[in-house]
Amino acid sequence: MSLLELHAVSKRFGGLVANQDVSFAVEASQIVGLIGPNGAGKTTAFNCVAGYYAPSSGTITLDGRTISGLAPEACARAGVGRTFQVARTFTSMTAGENVLAAALLHQKRVAVARVEALRWLAFVGLERLADRPAGSLTISEQRRMAVARALATQPRVLLMDEVMAGLNPSEVREMVAVVLRIRERGIACLVVEHVLEGIMPIADRIVVLDRGIKIADGTPAEISNDAAVISAYLGDEA
Amino acid sequence: MNRRLAIGLAALVVVLALPFVVTDPSRLNLLILVLMAAQIGVAWNLIGGYAGQISLGHAAFYGIGAYTSTLLLLKFGLNPWLGMLAAGATAAVLSLAFGWSCFRLKGHYFAMATIAVAELVQIVFTNWDYAGGAVGLTLPMNHDGWAWLVFAEKRPYYWLALSLLLLTLAATVLVERSHVGYYLRALKDEPDAARSIGIDITRYKQIALALSAFFTALGGSLYAQKELYIDPASVFSTALSIKMSLVAILGGIGTLLGPVLGAVVLTTIEELTRALFGGSGRGTDVVIYAALIIAIAVFYPSGLIGAYRSWRQRRRARSAAAVSREAAP
Amino acid sequence: MTAEILLQTLASGMLIGLIYALVAIGLTMIFGVMNIVNFAHGEFMMLGMYSSFWLFALFALDPMLTLPLTVLMLFTFGVLLYRFVIRRITDAPMVSQIFTTFGLMILLRGVAQFLWKPDFRSIENSWVSGTVRLGEIQLGRPQIVAGIGAIAVTLAVYTFLHGTKWGSALEATAADKEAAQLMGIDAHKMFALAWGIGAACAGAAGALLSTFFPIFPDVGANFILLAFVVVNLGGFGSIGGAFWAGILVGVIEVVGGLLLGPQYKMAVVLVVFLGVLMFRPQGLRGKA
Repeated sequence: MSLLELHAVSKRFGGLVANQDVSFAVEASQIVGLIGPNGAGKTTAFNCVAGYYAPSSGTITLDGRTISGLAPEACARAGVGRTFQVARTFTSMTAGENVLAAALLHQKRVAVARVEALRWLAFVGLERLADRPAGSLTISEQRRMAVARALATQPRVLLMDEVMAGLNPSEVREMVAVVLRIRERGIACLVVEHVLEGIMPIADRIVVLDRGIKIADGTPAEISNDAAVISAYLGDEA
Repeated sequence: MNRRLAIGLAALVVVLALPFVVTDPSRLNLLILVLMAAQIGVAWNLIGGYAGQISLGHAAFYGIGAYTSTLLLLKFGLNPWLGMLAAGATAAVLSLAFGWSCFRLKGHYFAMATIAVAELVQIVFTNWDYAGGAVGLTLPMNHDGWAWLVFAEKRPYYWLALSLLLLTLAATVLVERSHVGYYLRALKDEPDAARSIGIDITRYKQIALALSAFFTALGGSLYAQKELYIDPASVFSTALSIKMSLVAILGGIGTLLGPVLGAVVLTTIEELTRALFGGSGRGTDVVIYAALIIAIAVFYPSGLIGAYRSWRQRRRARSAAAVSREAAP
Repeated sequence: MTAEILLQTLASGMLIGLIYALVAIGLTMIFGVMNIVNFAHGEFMMLGMYSSFWLFALFALDPMLTLPLTVLMLFTFGVLLYRFVIRRITDAPMVSQIFTTFGLMILLRGVAQFLWKPDFRSIENSWVSGTVRLGEIQLGRPQIVAGIGAIAVTLAVYTFLHGTKWGSALEATAADKEAAQLMGIDAHKMFALAWGIGAACAGAAGALLSTFFPIFPDVGANFILLAFVVVNLGGFGSIGGAFWAGILVGVIEVVGGLLLGPQYKMAVVLVVFLGVLMFRPQGLRGKA
């Protein structure tokens, strides 16, 4: 039994089928990349795992426990952490307070949470920015802060939605280092990414979606040589 | 921190000493009105400022508070001290129903729904004979003293209003510094992200609303004990709902002392307009009131405190720039 | 309660409901295009009523005659209001938006009271006064004309939206502002148009009401609440929804008054409203 399992998950919005019969698994200490052309249904799958959508059919389990259909806050408590495509920083707070708010999930004492928050900020290399208004951080810093924030909820699996988009090469390297450190801690990572040079080198497995359907599931090497994957991407560019 | 504490203590001393200096009853009454306006503003701020749910029907809780303690007194002889607590508790419990029906609405629609609820409550009380209907209720003046919270002179009401304000402020500080405070700010800033870190946003909005309703109701009870007469028009009025929110917005929504500042400024403006234009009954003061609301909403949505903070930030930026200009050769 | 009385009630409920629909159409149009709830919408209606009244009182011009003029004046007022006030808060935080239109509501009521005093006015002996007998039921002529007028204005708005270039542009902006802008549509012009039409609808409703409803500065208070209930039931942004929901609310109101007494008319509507909010928040027609 894997840590996170999607069993034949489908999601329909009226007539539009965003995900169809998608199944894959993520193990602890594993980095799984979720890639595919635009509109493939990657973020929809994310939202199903994190509780923002309930699948139209199929189930999602975490450690054997069904989490599909749970509200987002319940999924968070169950051990699903996530970041968003747009950073969604709490702008009325400092960077430290953003992470503090997340650390409050497991114990409600503010003083203790503050110490926890600093630890996680240090984990992503942002401890010197703890007292800065969160809105004043750069995009790259806000992304890493969002990762720290999600980590502070002590998740079993972390969903990262395009954390490397729009970053310059050195920022991509910083983010890659963070993701690797997360894996070292035993946390499973499910990463949606367009920046292939960021995810392909570090992923243990890659799942490829195209127009709502899973078309490939294997190691990065296998995926790069998969005909269906290549045509899905080329077809998208044509 | 020490300087702030010193200023705070000094202000407290001044505030405590005021009723010994101001002896004219109508002037003293004015100060009491400021304290009462500040108190309901601080109570409103818990849901409107910290949780970001703009309620424009908060008078519903004020009136429920006034009526609960008064009815308990008139029908069951319950001491107003206990009656006040019962009033707060009743409002808090009713706020759960209020929230359950309205919290799924966002922003503007929530605000409009609060107006609908307040209107409904007013209609109920206006037609409820047991509660005096449109005629209202009169409180007896057969005690004098702290045991029954009725006083012949104004000064004790000042202490009462001040204590209630300090109590409400203390509650706000406790909330601000607890996990509830952080959760409220998070759900106000980014509700979806708040949920992703495990915050049940409906639950915490309910908590903020229940606290706000509790303290607003206490304010209503105080009003009843002071005026010794309540009717639906006076305790459920739209004007009252407007005042509660305006006081917070004017001073600084979401800040601790914003509503206090707002109450001082607003009451001053009210008195000035009444002195200059009042008596004609033509409602000139309403027009000025309204123009003030619009001006703040359009130009200074963070209120006076917000405007002051941006001014200070700009000054700091300018002097920092000046210093670096001097430092560079 | 006889069938006659019920029929009478339903008929008068439908007629007043048509007026509610018209007011609500204006409100839902503003919302649909710019996501702002106009708390001052009842005051557009109030101004329409006073416009009719003063033209009648000062120049002996019948409200039916001056209706087009009232509509034009309110349209202009709506556009000017957008240009000088609302335009500043289109991207402002929600608190600003709410308090701006809320402040306008209070301002307009206060100005009306200042200029025209709080006295109740009414229009007597207009062209449409009197009653009409339709079989077993008796209805006021002003009410019937108002109902017909409301339908006419609704059809005019509908035709405008679906049959003209400007109307399509407005619908496009409501559907997707950014996409519309990319196609060359000026969002601010569309917003101004929405406010103009919205105010005109409410003003028309006011003019139609003026022939049989009391006119006073705070008259907008109940109507904004009713309009909001209608918009909620009909689905935010839906003109058709507002139309049918308006009629429904009118009927609910009068039937409620018949069953429980006139002082509870509003309460019945509000209870139904809160009930819908709790159990079907997307309205009767809308998607969630």
